[in-house]
Amino acid sequence: MAVEILKEKYTGKVNTVTIGTGDKAMTVGGATALPFHSFEGEAGNRPMIAYEILDMPPEDSPAAQKEAWDAHWGDPAQWARYCQNELSAKAVALRLVSTDPDGKNAGPEDAAETVKKVLAAIDIPLIILGCFKEAKDGQVLKAAADAARGRNCLIGKAQEENYKTIAAAAISNGHKLIAFSNLDFNLSKQINILLTQTGFNINDIVIDPTASALGYGLEYTYSVIERIRAAGLVQNDAMMQPPMLLDLASVVWKVKEVKAGEDQLPEWGNVSERGTHWEASTAVSMLTAGAEILVMSSPKAVQAVEKTLDQLMK
Amino acid sequence: MLLIGERINVITKVQREAMKNRDPKPIQEMAVKQVKAGANMLDINIGPAEDDGPELMDWIVKTIQEVAQVPLCLDTTNLAAIKAGLKAHNNQWGRAVINSTSGETVRLNTFMPVAAEFQCDIIGLCLSGSGLPADANDRCAIAVDIMTKADEVGLPLDHIYLDPLVLMLNGNQEHAQHCIHAVEMFQTLNDPPMKSVVGLSNIANTAPASMKGILTAVFFQMLRDAGLTAAIIDTLEKDFMEVVQTRNPKMVYRSDHVEKTERVIRGEIMYAHSFLEV
Repeated sequence: MAVEILKEKYTGKVNTVTIGTGDKAMTVGGATALPFHSFEGEAGNRPMIAYEILDMPPEDSPAAQKEAWDAHWGDPAQWARYCQNELSAKAVALRLVSTDPDGKNAGPEDAAETVKKVLAAIDIPLIILGCFKEAKDGQVLKAAADAARGRNCLIGKAQEENYKTIAAAAISNGHKLIAFSNLDFNLSKQINILLTQTGFNINDIVIDPTASALGYGLEYTYSVIERIRAAGLVQNDAMMQPPMLLDLASVVWKVKEVKAGEDQLPEWGNVSERGTHWEASTAVSMLTAGAEILVMSSPKAVQAVEKTLDQLMK
Repeated sequence: MLLIGERINVITKVQREAMKNRDPKPIQEMAVKQVKAGANMLDINIGPAEDDGPELMDWIVKTIQEVAQVPLCLDTTNLAAIKAGLKAHNNQWGRAVINSTSGETVRLNTFMPVAAEFQCDIIGLCLSGSGLPADANDRCAIAVDIMTKADEVGLPLDHIYLDPLVLMLNGNQEHAQHCIHAVEMFQTLNDPPMKSVVGLSNIANTAPASMKGILTAVFFQMLRDAGLTAAIIDTLEKDFMEVVQTRNPKMVYRSDHVEKTERVIRGEIMYAHSFLEV
């Protein structure tokens, strides 16, 4: 008698979200089974990796980032173009760090100017990230959304304190939205409900469940992603079916393991390689948990992850 | 169903001041109000009362029983205060209850002998020293430790109320169904069945004020259907008491809301503060 392979049946489907316009637009999501369980259902679209670019040079940076980006710091438009043309980037994520009120405190109009320049330099999809301070992001992302009108960007991150402003700006300019919650799937569902109550379409939302670096809470992020995906697929919970974005670049490059030099920790090996590996390992874990969009920094790490995806999507 | 009124509690300002100043009036008023509303026991939470625990408990037990003819549930971690309360307690309306021991060895060794000495009742909280119980089986394993200790010190098992440890739905959703299942399982641990109690309001902790009513009412009814014998509750909540009377949350809340809340408690729909709105 033939052995019958047990397969899980799912009732839900991950929403598809398209970012960008024209030939270079990218669509993520669409899975009807857990990540890479193509034997149980549709695997959906290939996850998308976006290169992080910054609107001003960082104060200090780990070796791997410095090696890759030193020549591009200070000119985000040129940097974005380099990612597109030289690295075959599928998307870029512009982080408006200069708007941080505790830093340079650049205004919304400066941010809008940067967004325009970057968009003029590329035709791949753009993710626009604020400085992650709720009140300021409300102002900055509104201006950025206006400046990016018609380019179908993904903007964020919308949180409890600023979601109304950002959602309104996204709707009126035709953008998609990142809904952020701090490692809490109940709150993730809540922010999606609140967004839909403002009239925002659930199909235009991407969930950011909070990224954590390997060794710094990665397993918590993993569980939250799993729980969200299970609610969407198994319980067919419409509020938990948006694709997920993991902002790895914002967490990986802050940890000791990617920063401590060989003079301090010779037994840990080459610091640049260490950084690359750290980001790549974190990224692959997030993909197996269920991430659809990754924001990453190291080109070598991105290449390694793309190669892994080639295998996983076969 | 034993309804234990929760409103005499050191965390509320009026009661705290009254305890501090030995002012009988607010405490007696609150006691009478709760009994009139349907409480057949009153929880007396004096906090740790490190300075004057025994003296305070002695005073408050006598003060309350002057006006409220019900037994009391002595809620403190202060062992000397518990003893003083038990000495002062008038048993003519029923046995006093110690609130509580857990399954931790230290607490079992501290509180269980006192319960045996006074032959009063005791709440056994299903919490051990090794973190939260994972499921209903874990809760039962701790319950058995509690029952074993009672047997060892000579406290009859019908003096124990097993508490499955209600956690807030927001963030601990799966524990709601574990609690319901545990209440069912507790009844199989002995013949006659073990009694059970819950601190009900925990289920709605951190939920918006507008959600607390329906969450507690629906959860209460589900626990009751599972065989719950006692609950520490707010008897002054009119909507809740109507559910207690009618045994039907749909008499108070919209049917579809009750059904959705049941599904959330069973873990079939993920909790979010606004889950009723989708």
